[in-house]
Amino acid sequence: MDLGLTETQELLKNAAREFLENECSETLVREMEEDERGYSPALWQQMAEQGWQGLLIPEAYGGAGFDFMDLTILLEEMGRALVPGPFMPTVLGGAVPIIAAGTEAQKQQYLPKIASGESIFTLALTEPSARFDESGIETRAEVSGTSVTLTGTKLFIADAQVADFMVVAGRSAQGVTLAIVPTRQPGVHVTPLTTIASDKQCEVVLDGAQGELLGADGAGWEILRGVIRRYTVAECAYLVGLAQMDFEITVDYAKERVQFGRPIGSFQAIQHKCADMVTDVDGCRFITYKAAWALATDQPDAEAALAVHMAKAWTSEASRRVVAHGQQIHGGIGYTRDYKIQLFFRRQKRGELAFGDADYHREIVAQRIGL
Amino acid sequence: MDWGDSTEQAAFRAQVQQFIRERLPEHYRNSEGADSVEETAGWQADRKSDDPVVRAAAKDWADALAEHGWIAPAWPKQYGGAGLSYMEQFIFNAEMAQANAPAVGGMGVSMMGPTLIVHGTEEQRQEHLPRILSGEVAWAQGYSEPGSGSDLASLQTRAVRDGDEWVVNGQKIWTSGAHFADWLFALVRSDPDAPKHRGISFMMIDLKTPGLSLRPIIDMAGKHPFNETFFEDVRVPAKNMVGEENRGWYVGMTLLDFERSGVGLAIQYRRGLYDQLEEMKGKSQPFVRPDLGAVRLEFADRAIEAEILYNFALRIVSMNSRGIVPNYEASVNKMYGSELHQRVARTGTKAWGLYGQVWDPKSAYSPMGSTHVQDYVVSVPHTIFSGSNEIQRNVIATRGLGLPRG
Repeated sequence: MDLGLTETQELLKNAAREFLENECSETLVREMEEDERGYSPALWQQMAEQGWQGLLIPEAYGGAGFDFMDLTILLEEMGRALVPGPFMPTVLGGAVPIIAAGTEAQKQQYLPKIASGESIFTLALTEPSARFDESGIETRAEVSGTSVTLTGTKLFIADAQVADFMVVAGRSAQGVTLAIVPTRQPGVHVTPLTTIASDKQCEVVLDGAQGELLGADGAGWEILRGVIRRYTVAECAYLVGLAQMDFEITVDYAKERVQFGRPIGSFQAIQHKCADMVTDVDGCRFITYKAAWALATDQPDAEAALAVHMAKAWTSEASRRVVAHGQQIHGGIGYTRDYKIQLFFRRQKRGELAFGDADYHREIVAQRIGL
Repeated sequence: MDWGDSTEQAAFRAQVQQFIRERLPEHYRNSEGADSVEETAGWQADRKSDDPVVRAAAKDWADALAEHGWIAPAWPKQYGGAGLSYMEQFIFNAEMAQANAPAVGGMGVSMMGPTLIVHGTEEQRQEHLPRILSGEVAWAQGYSEPGSGSDLASLQTRAVRDGDEWVVNGQKIWTSGAHFADWLFALVRSDPDAPKHRGISFMMIDLKTPGLSLRPIIDMAGKHPFNETFFEDVRVPAKNMVGEENRGWYVGMTLLDFERSGVGLAIQYRRGLYDQLEEMKGKSQPFVRPDLGAVRLEFADRAIEAEILYNFALRIVSMNSRGIVPNYEASVNKMYGSELHQRVARTGTKAWGLYGQVWDPKSAYSPMGSTHVQDYVVSVPHTIFSGSNEIQRNVIATRGLGLPRG
C-alpha cells in the first residue's frame, strides 16, 4: 500500500507539466474555443513526439507500453492545462478498444498511426436517447463478413469533426457490435454542437456508412464495458487536474485581492471555502487513482466496477463544488470572459456529464451495494 | 500508487487477523452496537467494571496483546512496544477496527508514554512506562479549561513552586475517562507574566492527590464520558514535571511520531454501513421505512465517502512511510472524518423511519440495538473536540494553503 507516485510516474508528471505550461497556454485554449477544428495540429504533433498518444500502446505497435495508471497521471496534467482536442477520444475511444479487441492486422494498421499522431479517432457511443447503457444503442449495424453497414444517429460525439476514424457502436442481429468507420465517406454527416465548454461534440448521422468489424459480431458491449470504464476514469482524471488548477488559481487570488485593507484570504469565510476546496480536490484525486489502480491491476470485476462508479459519482460532484467556490471567491472579476477562472467552470460541466454524472453513478453504486 | 498489500503486509495482516480470531475474548465479539457507544471509556472502563466477566475480558485481552507488544504497537521495542512501522501500525489498527476489538491502554499509550519517551527523564520513564504497558495504570488528559477551548494556550490553572513541590489551583474540563483513570497529565500556567505559550508547564498528577476532585459531566446522550477536574492546593512533586519549566506547551504539542491516520474510524464507519445494509436485507426488515427511495442514494453517498476517508487515511500513512511529515492533511482527516461520522449516523437513523428514534437498545422496537440513533447523538461532539472543525479549516487554510492569518 502506498499512495505516492513511483519515480517513473513522478518523471512523467513533471515532464507533462513543464511541457504543457510551455505549449498549452491560456491563449491557445481560448483560440481553440473559436477554432473550427477545436485543436492545434502543431500541439497534437508535439504530444505525439512526447509519446502521449501511444502511452498505452504496446511497444510492438509503436507505443510506449505504459499502463493505465500512468495514463491517468498524464490526463490529470492535461486537465490542469485544459488541453483541448481529441486526445481522450483518440486514446480511450480508439486505441483502447483496438488494443482490447482488434485483430493483429487491425492493431498493425491503426495503433502505430495513433501513436505517431497521424490518426485521430473518436468513440461514437451515445445517441439521441443520451443513455450510457447497452439499451441506448439503436443504430442499425448490418454485418457481412468483416464489413459493417451502419445507419442511425450518434450524438455528443467528441471531436468527430476532425476524427479520421470512429469506433461506432451499432446493433446487429447478434446484439451490440463495434465497427471502425472512416469518417470521410459519403455515409457520414458530422455537425458540431455548441456546448457550455466550447468543445466540439457532434451530431453524427450515419446513412449506410461503411466500416470494418471490431471484435466479434454481437461482442460489442462486452468490449465497451472495459472501454467505458477506462474512459470514465480518464474523464475523472481530467477533472482532478482541472479542479486542482481552479483551486490553485483561487487560493492565489485570495492572497492577492485586498478589501477592507487586508487580503480576502485572511477572512475565515474565504479560508473555510478554500479548506473545503482542497479536501474535495484531494478526495477526487485518490478515489480516481483507486479506480485507475483497480483497472490497471485487473482487480476482481465487481470491485473494479464499484471503484469506477464511486470515482465518477464523487468526482462529478466534488469538482463542481470546487469550481463553484472558485467563482464565488473571485467575485465579479471571475464572471468576466477575460479572466481565466471561467474556462475551468465551463469545462467542469462537460466532464461532469461525460459518461454519466453523479446521479447516474450513485444509482449504480446503490444497486451494487445491494440496495 | 498501490492499494494492495505487499507480500510482507499481507502476511502481517493475516497474523493480526489470526491473533484476533484466536484471542479476542468472547465478551468483545459480536457486541451489539449499543455497547460501542461507550467507546469514550471502552477498555479503560471495562478494567474497573463491577461485572467480573467484563473485568476478566479486559484483563485477558490486555495480556494477549501484551505478549506481542501490541498494547503499544508504536512504541520502540526498547520501551516495551512492538516497534511497528507506520504501515504495520496502519494494518494493525485497521484490523482491530474491522473486528471491533477494543484498543487497550487509552491515553497512556497514545499520549503519555510517547511524551515520556521523547521528553521524559530516565527515572520518569522507568516509573511510568511499565505500568502503562501492563494496563495497571490508566491516564487522563487535563488540557481544556472552561475558558480555554479552541484557544487552549490561554489556560489559567496555576502552578506555583513551593520547595520541591508545585502547588496547583484551578479547573480543567472535558477530562475524558478521568473517573476510570489513575493519573492525569496536565498543562498548567507556571509563569503568568510570560507570553501565553511560554508560561505553561506539563505535569503528571496522581488523581488521588488531596485537593483534587472530579465532578461528572453527563452528556446529552445521558452518558458520563467527561468530568470537570478541580484543583485546590494540589501538591505535585517537582519530579513530575515533564520537560523544562515553562516549555510545557511544546511538550504537550510534540507531534508524536506514530500512525495517526485515523484508519480505525474510517474502517469503523464503513463496517457499520455495510453491517446495516446487510441487516436491512434480513431480520430487521420490519423496521426499514417503506419509502426508502431517497435514503438508498444517501447510502450510496456514504459508501463512497467512507472510501474517501479511507484514502485520506492511507495518504497520511503513505506520507509517514516516505518520511514526509503530514501538514494540512491530518486536519483534513479530522474534519472529513467527523463530518462523515455525523452523516453516517444521520443516514443510518433515517433508514429506520419512526423506529429510528427508539433509544432503548433492549426495546422490542429497537433496530440494531438503537445504535444509529445513539450514534446520531454521540457524533455531535466529534466536530467539536480535538480542535473544532472550524479550527481545522483555519489550520488547513493558513498552515496548509498559506493564506494569511486573520
